[in-house]
Amino acid sequence: MADTRAHGSTAVATGGDTATAPALLQIEDLTSSYGAVRALDGVSLTADAGRITAVLGANGAGKTTLLRTVSGLVRASSGRVTLAGEDITTASVESMVGRGMAHVPEGRGVISELTVHENLRVGALFRGKVEKSEYDRIYDLFPRIAERRDQPAHVLSGGERQMLVIGRALLAQPRILLLDEPSLGLAPRIVAQIFGLLRRLVDSEGLSVLLVEQNARSALSVADVGVVLNLGRVVVTDSARTLMADEDLRHAYLGF
Amino acid sequence: MQYFVNVTLTGLTEGMVYSAFALALVLIWRSTRIVNFAQGSMAAATTFIALALIQAGQSYWVALIVALLSGLLLGAIIERVVIRPVEGGPELNAVIVTLGLFVAIQAAIAIVFGSAFQSFPTPFGLEGFQVGDNRIALTPNSVWVIAAVLVTMALLVVLFRFTRIGLAMRASAFGQEVARLLGVRVGRMLTLGWALAAVVGSLAGLLIAGGEFVYPAYMDSLIVFGFVAAVLGGLDSPIGAIVGGLILGLALSYVSGYVERGSALVNVAALVILMVVLLVRPGGLFASSTARRA
Repeated sequence: MADTRAHGSTAVATGGDTATAPALLQIEDLTSSYGAVRALDGVSLTADAGRITAVLGANGAGKTTLLRTVSGLVRASSGRVTLAGEDITTASVESMVGRGMAHVPEGRGVISELTVHENLRVGALFRGKVEKSEYDRIYDLFPRIAERRDQPAHVLSGGERQMLVIGRALLAQPRILLLDEPSLGLAPRIVAQIFGLLRRLVDSEGLSVLLVEQNARSALSVADVGVVLNLGRVVVTDSARTLMADEDLRHAYLGF
Repeated sequence: MQYFVNVTLTGLTEGMVYSAFALALVLIWRSTRIVNFAQGSMAAATTFIALALIQAGQSYWVALIVALLSGLLLGAIIERVVIRPVEGGPELNAVIVTLGLFVAIQAAIAIVFGSAFQSFPTPFGLEGFQVGDNRIALTPNSVWVIAAVLVTMALLVVLFRFTRIGLAMRASAFGQEVARLLGVRVGRMLTLGWALAAVVGSLAGLLIAGGEFVYPAYMDSLIVFGFVAAVLGGLDSPIGAIVGGLILGLALSYVSGYVERGSALVNVAALVILMVVLLVRPGGLFASSTARRA
């Protein structure tokens, strides 16, 4: 883990191209279907250590299916997924978090019947005993949920829910965080706050993020690399800056 | 006055057993959205195991422990072998499977233990305590029934509130997919949930059998009462199941104690209570449906 962090920060600091950075998560020619509908059609991409990789595209482009296939919720019909060199294509969903991959699903995934603190504790269950200081650190990152720690999670606002699930995922001490539409339904100010925090965690702690977003403008403003999906295929992969500058591409696929 | 006290005491004791049985139904409903109609037959099976041990000369307590452990095993096996394959399919499938189990287990009991009426012993006396000049309807056995249910409930509260495995079980019940993504072995937790529910159901079966005659279908009326109690409480709420059981026990005791030919009306009264509560509060007394929607 320490290695990855070191590599990650070096890569960011030097701003080197993607080829030299170690591929933390590698997705090769991934195909999967929901019933008769082929949702992913040979998708290949890499998420490098210490980077934010944004997967963009319209509704139905296959973004959510991509994350669900990577974490095993949907079985891949072909292709390969490797995490730090280890093949995890057929690994169980429950084992992913132990391998260093935390997936925050679409729609926040707060367990509303549990309290805020219990929700956090679930995130650390697989690790056994966890120091109190680790919870304190999450509450320091998100003071708004700290105020509500003993309340049932259903009282939280949309932004607080997003903070809770990201905090819960961080308690798993992942090497890579998979985030599915974290900006959905949130006020722009809250989105900026959450994305800003992600950037800080990536830059200062070597976290890596695979971010799926329909809100391409916000996502590209925080990401290092962008991957544009359309109808289950990768249209283009490039640095976020280049994608941002490509007006035709933005109009055609990103809606801004 | 004394009559009222006695009717109340009887109602509370019966209500405790309904509570336990309702709790068993709620535990399974909460985690798997299945109403386990086989709960009564499963409890009857373990009660017959206990009876066989007692008839073979074992003490009541040995029989009790073995019966509860068999309940644990039976619940786990049924979840793994029979319920797991239909989970995630249409909800009606699982219900039909539990109805099938209900019949099949009862038939198995009849085959193994016979269908004759057999008397089931109690560990404590059935004579009421003496208060002044009067004997009240509280017997040493009813104290045991109440204590056994209360201790079981306290243990469940400790398990669910204060242990990591309890947290994992609640997470699995309320957010299966999220729990899996967080590394919780949801399948195991569901098996454990069924096993625990079967233990609680078995305890209810053993307690209600004390001092009565048992036969393969002796739990049938308890299924109705337990189900009514669970729905009264809101099906989702363990506290609701307990309160629902006590309300039902008291209400039925008053009906049979104060209404002419009331004992014949008990089953009808249970359904009337159920209908009234559902008309006034469709989600049950302790419905958490508003929370769930949020």
